[in-house]
Amino acid sequence: MFETISNFVAAFLTLSIFSFLYKDNPFYKFAEALLVGISMGYAIPLVYENVFMPYVYTPIFLNHKFIIIIPALLGSLYMLRFSKNLGWLSRYPIVFGMSIVGMSIPLSIHSSVLVQMRSAMLPIDGINSALIFIGTVTILLYFFFSKAHKGIYGKVTNVGIWFMMIGFGASFGYTVMARVSLLIGRIQFLLGDWLGLIK
Amino acid sequence: MKRQIPLIIIITLGFMFVAHSFIPHKISVDFFDWFQDWAKAISPFAVSLGIMSLFMVHGTKIKRKVPNWQYSVVTLAGLVFTAFAGFVWGTQSGTPYMWLFENVQMPMSATMFALLAFYIASAAYKAFRARSAEATVLLVAAIIVMLGQVPLGAMISKWIPETSTWILNVPNLAAKRAIMIGVGLGITATSLKILLGIERTYLGGGD
Repeated sequence: MFETISNFVAAFLTLSIFSFLYKDNPFYKFAEALLVGISMGYAIPLVYENVFMPYVYTPIFLNHKFIIIIPALLGSLYMLRFSKNLGWLSRYPIVFGMSIVGMSIPLSIHSSVLVQMRSAMLPIDGINSALIFIGTVTILLYFFFSKAHKGIYGKVTNVGIWFMMIGFGASFGYTVMARVSLLIGRIQFLLGDWLGLIK
Repeated sequence: MKRQIPLIIIITLGFMFVAHSFIPHKISVDFFDWFQDWAKAISPFAVSLGIMSLFMVHGTKIKRKVPNWQYSVVTLAGLVFTAFAGFVWGTQSGTPYMWLFENVQMPMSATMFALLAFYIASAAYKAFRARSAEATVLLVAAIIVMLGQVPLGAMISKWIPETSTWILNVPNLAAKRAIMIGVGLGITATSLKILLGIERTYLGGGD
């Protein structure tokens, strides 16, 4: 009985969201509003249990690491963001967290630039590796906007566009398959778990 | 000074982190451990900012009785009830909190993403109608990759899964690699702009 009610609730909300395919309607708006509220409400106890308790409460009250009171007070300054007179104090926890960008400079140069360049500079031993090299270089040239894309240079960057279109097509295909897989999951739920039409 | 001191903090700490990446000395490691402890202690309070923002936006809608204000009541009731269920009955399996997750949150978010299947199909149709050579290449690559993932592709022709693998391993790899290099350079440039105090939008408006 309890499972039937649970399935009915899930089916009602699933159909409410699918009803948007017809047009925007009160059922969809209700489900959308509920999803926002429940998603946020779901995060609160999780953050409390997994972040607040181990990194704020336990160090201060159980381990007596009173120095953690300072970041806790610093964090509480976030709440002054909406104050007209004291809003500027919320900049302190923001800049404290933002300073980690200093670490992202060497990290991004290493992982996104140097490692990729090293992989692109392997000896060309076949048609595929030649195509990968040509594709990488022509796409990079396409994103160099200091020179007008005209003449031979324009033709070269045009090759980059074709490589990008194939890459976007592959990503598009993957995304469609992932979404269709979710759609199959929902239809299986409606026809199987809820209505019992398929086993 | 309300803007200058935060800027001095981010520039000082930021460059210390740049140095930390190149100097794995004990002092540097201790400094990073200290930062991590403090950052973790600060982070849960950022959630409170999100909750406050949501309450302010929807509270204002309810107070002013704007059109469709009733849905704001649903949002806030959903938030309060789910959080209440988590705090009172716990977050373990079998609790009302997990029931809400399994029968309300998860089906709805999965359906939201499933809904995109229809809109992606509609976008593909519009792209095909554009009849440009580039759009056709994109769609042909997408169709081959899609068919290559399912048994139907192999049933049509053994070349489809092979071509799909080739597309993913050759032209797609070249595109992803070039984009990755661009993204890396973009991250580096943006990070430098923040560290040098050129990019300041994160400080917000006011004095």
